Amino acid sequence: MDNVFYSLHDFMVCTKSLTYILMGLGVLGLLGYWIFLTGRDDNIRKF
Amino acid sequence: MSAENKTADNIHNRKIVINPGRLFSSPGNVLTAVILAMGLFITVMRFTKGLGGVTNLDDNYPWGIWISFDLLCGVVLAAGGYATTSAYYLFGLKSFNTAVRPAVTSAFLGYAFVVFALHYDVGQPWRLVYPIFYSPGATSVLYEVGLCVFLYVSVLAVEWSVAAFEWLGWKSIRAVIVRLTIPLTVLGVILSTMHQSSLGALYLIAPSKMHPLWYSSFIPVFFFISSMFAGMSMVIFEGALAHKGLHAEMDEHHLRDADKVVLGFGKAASIVMMGYFFIKLFGLAMDNNWKYLASGYGLWYLVEIFGFVLLPSFMYAIGAREKKTGLIRLAACITVIGVVVNRFNVSLVAFNWQLPPAEKYFPHWMEIGLSIFVVTLIVTAYRVICYYMPVLREHPDYEAH
Repeated sequence: MDNVFYSLHDFMVCTKSLTYILMGLGVLGLLGYWIFLTGRDDNIRKF
Repeated sequence: MSAENKTADNIHNRKIVINPGRLFSSPGNVLTAVILAMGLFITVMRFTKGLGGVTNLDDNYPWGIWISFDLLCGVVLAAGGYATTSAYYLFGLKSFNTAVRPAVTSAFLGYAFVVFALHYDVGQPWRLVYPIFYSPGATSVLYEVGLCVFLYVSVLAVEWSVAAFEWLGWKSIRAVIVRLTIPLTVLGVILSTMHQSSLGALYLIAPSKMHPLWYSSFIPVFFFISSMFAGMSMVIFEGALAHKGLHAEMDEHHLRDADKVVLGFGKAASIVMMGYFFIKLFGLAMDNNWKYLASGYGLWYLVEIFGFVLLPSFMYAIGAREKKTGLIRLAACITVIGVVVNRFNVSLVAFNWQLPPAEKYFPHWMEIGLSIFVVTLIVTAYRVICYYMPVLREHPDYEAH
């Protein structure tokens, strides 16, 4: 991870790309976590 | 009047009676008296000898544990007030009914004693009103924190006063304040959002002094999100302590609903903590700070994130799924410790990290003593309020609102 960046543009492309990938994984991870968290709740839907 | 009604009536109409013979009747009371005497001694020393006489503060460390613990930890652990009132009054989660008054009481005491403790750091208490009324520095983050705390203490005082008025029997003024509940709750959430994050924003001014793992342009977001689960954990943690020490003051309703509050807040804290874990990860990625993880500071950072965020988040989740309230209470305890660790890391451990060890700050015993004094005052005040006022029980003359 300790890359040498020769411009701010390079730095931003690298870090933002990784952050956006992590954000995608985070959204999927949170969705899965929510399903796990509420997996044993009573179904309270009335429709 | 039946014997049962007579007892209930006595509980709700207790008069303040000081019995000097009982003041030192238990080891707990003796310990409290010793701590209060020590606090008075430190108070005299602080206001006669100045900061230099009672602290190890210097030009490198103008803020010590009175800011790290009394202020940063005090404010974040008092977040249970806005977390509980918004859950109950705004989101309509009626199962949190019994948690509202204890949470508001502890939040009010927490903030009131933050302001009290701030006098020791700032000195010249008569000038505390200057930034608000005399010379506001409207471009300063610290001014925003001060203004929000000033307003939020006032909001909490009004919210909490309902219990006091029920105890005093002042029905008409209570009715007026009950009608203000929703606006006060909304105001409380807005003010909390502002100052919880601004406390983190204070550290944006010192990027060169803070370790990169803790410095981030997202630090206001970190502080605000962590205040949410800190508040919820504190409500669970305080509830567990109250069940040990103030069980006799609780009515059937509070005892019956305690587990519902624990399960509800446990589930909410779990998902918020997982979200916090991810945004901390995004902070690392945005600043490309991965290389610092392979160091002593990095190891400590990983302990904070995995041991005090991810672990309790999973404990909360398993506890909420399996309806294990004991596990949730343990997770709450770890989370409260973790939030304290985080605030100490930001304000002391990561601060001035490049200084040689000889120039690092370690608090004077009187600084630690004063923090213990303040915590003791909060616990004592909480016990007194719960003994006299309908905080852990409902008053039979009034409907829940």
